[in-house]
Amino acid sequence: MMSGNESFVTSRLNEMIGWARKYSLFQYPFVTACCGLEYMAVASGHHDIDRFGAGLPRFSPRQSDVLMVVGTISHKMAPVLKRIYEQMCEPKWVVAFGVCTCTGGFYDNYATVQGIDTIIPVDVYIPGCPPRPENVMDGLMKLQEKIQHQKQEV
Amino acid sequence: MPVLEILTKQFPEKIIETHDFRGDETALIQKDALLLIMKFLKTDIRLDFNMLMDLTAVDYLWMGKKPRFEVVYHLYSLALKHRLRIKVPIEQKDALVDSIVSLWPAANWYEREVWDMFGIRFQNHPDLKRILLYEGFDGHPLRKDYPINKRQPLIGPKN
Repeated sequence: MMSGNESFVTSRLNEMIGWARKYSLFQYPFVTACCGLEYMAVASGHHDIDRFGAGLPRFSPRQSDVLMVVGTISHKMAPVLKRIYEQMCEPKWVVAFGVCTCTGGFYDNYATVQGIDTIIPVDVYIPGCPPRPENVMDGLMKLQEKIQHQKQEV
Repeated sequence: MPVLEILTKQFPEKIIETHDFRGDETALIQKDALLLIMKFLKTDIRLDFNMLMDLTAVDYLWMGKKPRFEVVYHLYSLALKHRLRIKVPIEQKDALVDSIVSLWPAANWYEREVWDMFGIRFQNHPDLKRILLYEGFDGHPLRKDYPINKRQPLIGPKN
């Protein structure tokens, strides 16, 4: 790495950008239900998701990278969620937080969306009712891994 | 004089049945006399039902009862502190009742909810459209023959 007075780092541009992006995840918490409490637990100091560079939630979709869909999505909420997703700038990722957003959960009824992947693309699914903070952090690391290895659009 | 007694004296041929379970008074009435009876219940000075507590419907499909639906009205008198339940049996193929919005404006949203969930229409309602669900929703979900895992065309996934 070091040679004389000059210093340089060797890497590929794709991996470099991936490394930068995975440690700068600004989330948009789309919180609709009880999973929100577990989300708050994750965001609190005890579990400290700032370690993953994901400590700052942004409350505008235009300023965020990760859409965290936390809680049951009803049919009436579906167009709102889609609109929020479309307002986000590229690159963007979606995390389905909790079993209701993954599959509809036990709400197999006339009012609930049976998994948000019927409306918008999803990158990481975190099951659980609600998922424990450890589970969420595992999902977050899975997302980081995915970001690191994907093709980076610049 | 008890409420049911006044009512049956006034409309002897329009009352199908009455019962009184521990002071919980109920009258089944004929559909064509609904507005007439409701107006009497609201305006008669001995009854004075000035408040509509609730308006809902029941689907008796699995209980084999004929006719299939009943629209249920819960009335209360704030001055006289008594209550009455009115039930109106409705046929499935003629699911249409007179609206009582002209008597109790509170009925407006209740009737929209009953239309939304049971598909029972209300004649002369000022704005009978869905209230909880959305335009483009297929069916009426509180009907007992609505499939429990039916998917909706606007949301999917397809059945």
